[in-house]
Amino acid sequence: MVLMSVKFDLKKRVKLAQTVWFMYWFAVMGGVLVFSMGLFFKIELRKRSELMDNNESHFLPNLLILMGLIACGINAFGGKICYDSLDPNKFVKWKSMLKSFLVLCMVLNSLLFITALLCFLTRIPLQFTLAEGLKNGMRYYKDTDTPGRCYMKRTLDLMQMEFRCCGNENYRDWFEIQWVSNRYLDFGAKEVKDRIGSNVDGQYLMDGVPFSCCNPSSPRPCIQNQMTNNTAHYSYDHYTEELNVWKRGCRDAMLSYYGGLMNTIGALVLLVTILEVAVTIGLQYVNSSLSTLANPEDPESESEGWILEKTVKETFTDIMATMKSMGKGTKVEEGGEAAVATVS
Amino acid sequence: MLLKIKFSQQRRVHLAQGLWLLSWMAVMWGVIIFCLGVYLKTELLRRAEVMDNTEIHVVPNILMMVGLASIGTNWVASRACQDSLDATRFPRWKVFLLAWFAVAAVLCCLLIAVVVLSYALQGSLEESLKVGLRNGIRFYKDTDVPGRCFQKETIDRLQMEFRCCGNSNFKDWFEVQWVNNRYLDFTSKDVKDRIRSNVDGRYLLDGVPFSCCNPASPRPCLQLQLTDNSAHYNYEYQSEELNLYSRGCRQALTDYFMELMNSTGPGVLSVVLIQLSVCLSLRYLQTAVEGAMALEDPEGDSEGYLLEKGVKETIEDLKANALKMLKFGQVDPNAAEGSSEAADAEKAEKTASPTPAS
Repeated sequence: MVLMSVKFDLKKRVKLAQTVWFMYWFAVMGGVLVFSMGLFFKIELRKRSELMDNNESHFLPNLLILMGLIACGINAFGGKICYDSLDPNKFVKWKSMLKSFLVLCMVLNSLLFITALLCFLTRIPLQFTLAEGLKNGMRYYKDTDTPGRCYMKRTLDLMQMEFRCCGNENYRDWFEIQWVSNRYLDFGAKEVKDRIGSNVDGQYLMDGVPFSCCNPSSPRPCIQNQMTNNTAHYSYDHYTEELNVWKRGCRDAMLSYYGGLMNTIGALVLLVTILEVAVTIGLQYVNSSLSTLANPEDPESESEGWILEKTVKETFTDIMATMKSMGKGTKVEEGGEAAVATVS
Repeated sequence: MLLKIKFSQQRRVHLAQGLWLLSWMAVMWGVIIFCLGVYLKTELLRRAEVMDNTEIHVVPNILMMVGLASIGTNWVASRACQDSLDATRFPRWKVFLLAWFAVAAVLCCLLIAVVVLSYALQGSLEESLKVGLRNGIRFYKDTDVPGRCFQKETIDRLQMEFRCCGNSNFKDWFEVQWVNNRYLDFTSKDVKDRIRSNVDGRYLLDGVPFSCCNPASPRPCLQLQLTDNSAHYNYEYQSEELNLYSRGCRQALTDYFMELMNSTGPGVLSVVLIQLSVCLSLRYLQTAVEGAMALEDPEGDSEGYLLEKGVKETIEDLKANALKMLKFGQVDPNAAEGSSEAADAEKAEKTASPTPAS
């Protein structure tokens, strides 16, 4: 019993081949799309690699780029086969390798599906990388004179302004580190000496945030320093003040940005996978319809096309049997040798 | 004949095909010009809050108009091409094509005018920005006045995006009160001193808003008491360069828009070139096909030319035609001329007659 058989005459076969050829061109464009999305994601990661401590994993974008290239190649090849299938003379040379090509297509489709799943799951490791990277970034904010770290201040400031966020989890993260370089602290002043003396590590901690945390939508000019001291500013209550600085933490902001990006990419890769599955099924129909001609000499005869020659269960048992026989073949040889050894 | 070329049937067909492709390319370029106009207009509208007048909008308006017109014109040219090889359909295009050449010439002139205008209107743009930014800075503090409550956010975002501060430079902020009275403690000595220190009773400071801060500065941003060296450790007001943005917003915005308009220059000029080549090719095609249709053997060789007579003669012809058309509007010229000639003849006789006597 064949799976989903369809009767074909010459006209229908020609139409099928043309449709599948056309779909292969869309599939090639889909491959290009996957490739370019991988490239785009790689560039986005590189742009912010400083904030992730140069520790981020480039596995997923590399995989997307590779899958895109392979998909392009295989689809172009499949398109050529379809084009040749209209001419019986040209099709003969492809007939023998068509089965293995179809198996290869199925492997590619499953890999694409796995890639799409990975896109949705990549949020989890990214969360940890971002948390670690931002914490270190904030620690090096003041080191504008240390080579290798002198651009951290600018990077963090620009990021906080662009993503409209402040600190790692919220703005209070800035209260726990010294973000003013020692070069600009007057160690002769009493206030500085008090602050340094007030904690174990001798750090100049203050209840203030950098200017890049300021929210332009606030109706009053930005309050950056002495944020927890209500008396330092007229008509100010730091518990109820909401619009002064960005309330969101940068880890959340960046995670939702990259998460959104990955969800979009994952959805697009899924669509490309569906397209690939469709063209594989189409090619299988082309193959089966051309190999079951009622009269092999007459190209205009009727034929039958199917997805699987037997039902799913039977095909599965067939594959298992083939694999077992391959395994047994080696075993029988060993047994034969052992018997020969014992006899002699 | 001006610049005549011999055309065989084969060459005519090739010319028609080539011109068809060229006119579709010109349609595409027309679409690009239209999109450029739309983009420029959107950018100008986005910053409309800091601009005082809309004179500069004439540049994107003309670009959009010309883009649309050139799409239509070149589509017509492609249809004329298709009909040119069919002897029955081509004759009805004769008068139409004259109008087409006039329209194409007008489009080319408009495009060149756009390029000239985009340079000429720079002064007007600067003036408009100067007034708009001055108002923006003055109303920065009015976050509780309906209609002006978003001025603060607009100016802050503008300064951060374009990396600029103030109108001409950051000192513009020293001359306005940019802190709302709601947040000033009028009982404190410092506030009372500052308010009494000037005629209008405004709270002026030597400080700038946070959006002027430059992230590239190695030290945390100094916003307040900028002219007081002793207020900050290791700070020299005259030599400090990276603390705030040094460019004024008027300069930054003018540079941005001029760059945008200059970058459309090459695109516009290439459209002019393409339009001219479509024009010339269509003229050759028209004359060659008309010449072929007049022959006994329509498939034979014919001549294509730009102008039937020389340039001077064509201009004279045009002048004569124009005068003829004007004269139709006047009173019957022959009768008037005849009577004036008769009067002249009489005058000549009269002057002639006395002489023999003397």
